[in-house]
Amino acid sequence: MLAKRIIPCLDVKDGRVVKGTKFVEFRDAGDPVELAAMYDRSGADEVVFLDISASQEGRGTLLDMVRRTAEEVFIPFTVGGGIRTVEDIREIVKAGADKISINTAAVQRPELIAQGAENFGSQCIVVAIDARKVPGQQRWQVVTHGGSQATDLDVLEWAAQVEKLGAGEILLTSMDADGTRDGYDNSVTAAVSDAVNIPVIASGGAGNLEHFRDALIIGKADAVLAASLFHFKELSVSQVKEYLLSCNIPIRPGIAREVE
Amino acid sequence: MIGIIDYGMGNLRSVQKAFEAAGNPATLTRDSQELCGFSGLVLPGVGAFGRAMENLHKLGIAKKIVEEVGGGKPFLGICLGLQLLFSRSEESFGNLSEKGLDIIPGVVHRFPADLKVPQIGWNQIVVKKDSVLLKEIPKDGYVYFVHSYYVKPYQPEVVLTTTDYGMEFVSSVAVDNVYAIQFHPEKSSTLGLKILKNFGEIVSERRLG
Repeated sequence: MLAKRIIPCLDVKDGRVVKGTKFVEFRDAGDPVELAAMYDRSGADEVVFLDISASQEGRGTLLDMVRRTAEEVFIPFTVGGGIRTVEDIREIVKAGADKISINTAAVQRPELIAQGAENFGSQCIVVAIDARKVPGQQRWQVVTHGGSQATDLDVLEWAAQVEKLGAGEILLTSMDADGTRDGYDNSVTAAVSDAVNIPVIASGGAGNLEHFRDALIIGKADAVLAASLFHFKELSVSQVKEYLLSCNIPIRPGIAREVE
Repeated sequence: MIGIIDYGMGNLRSVQKAFEAAGNPATLTRDSQELCGFSGLVLPGVGAFGRAMENLHKLGIAKKIVEEVGGGKPFLGICLGLQLLFSRSEESFGNLSEKGLDIIPGVVHRFPADLKVPQIGWNQIVVKKDSVLLKEIPKDGYVYFVHSYYVKPYQPEVVLTTTDYGMEFVSSVAVDNVYAIQFHPEKSSTLGLKILKNFGEIVSERRLG
């Protein structure tokens, strides 16, 4: 049986981790590759990098980071942020990423999903969906541009469409829950999980151990993603895993490894 | 030195680096004449079975692999590199007319349509037979899979592990000096590196012995 996955996310700008100051024990606290390798050793099942560089130089640094990650990190990793074209996907995959994630560009040009899946396989194409609840209604709308622009798209319809187009996985972030630490939005997660037959990664709102369990059980998610909670070491990946194992959820136990 | 066969089927840098991290220096090679110089060979790869066989023949590597393996050289197939060792596959034509290297008697099938295909993610091995390759690997350890096809060996005694994906399939095999695994050791964290280290030991023991 496939294990449920725990996925730390790293925000990267110009080749450096944003909010990188907490890791004082590292030689280089802002190096995304070093942090991803640490997550690998501490039992993370995957790592997601979200690039928020705006400049061309930032993109070049990103490719270098992807190459180094492929050489130093021995779990699958996904790269998202600023990917607009099949050529962008090709560059990142060629540099060694296992998957890429697209968000705004997929909404603007849904054919990018199909082109990506044809060229690199569905397993490589993650579509990130940012969802916001429509006030007073039991439905959610898709928002783009990092949550700043609302669209007319319904989240459940969009999720079904991206699956048809060839997406291998959906990374679902609740804009209502994101940053609150009050727990994932399990209603939207469960609704999307029911609407599609591809894995759904829940994102946004993790604040404690129970939140992870609830997203996997109530939200029916296949994987849970968290950024700041892991980043600021309020919880470790292995703590989350131990807890979920104690709830009888299928989880790959983290096996410590000495640094080579 | 371990030689990783690079025949144009995917980025193999991470496989090479994983061998290094596991303490075994390894080099990429696509020259069939070089293969005899290595003390162990690795055939990784992702993509289509048909194209992979075509590339192996075109580069003159297919014949060399059969020779080297026949001479007793330790060999490790990974993912597509496992499937290529079998007799025939149904990948390209939907029947079993496509020929593999035929080093391990058996066939390659696609997962049934009622399962999510490809299988992607961490799944457990169930150890059926002890092997040096799996030394100190937990009997129910998790490893990372990405594949749409699985192998069916004709001889059950070659099976090292199986895995449950709605159906039980063979996730690793061994015949004499030939080892092959369906999962990706370079993406399987601690356990994956340990398996590569074990293969490295198989290689150095043969060289010294």
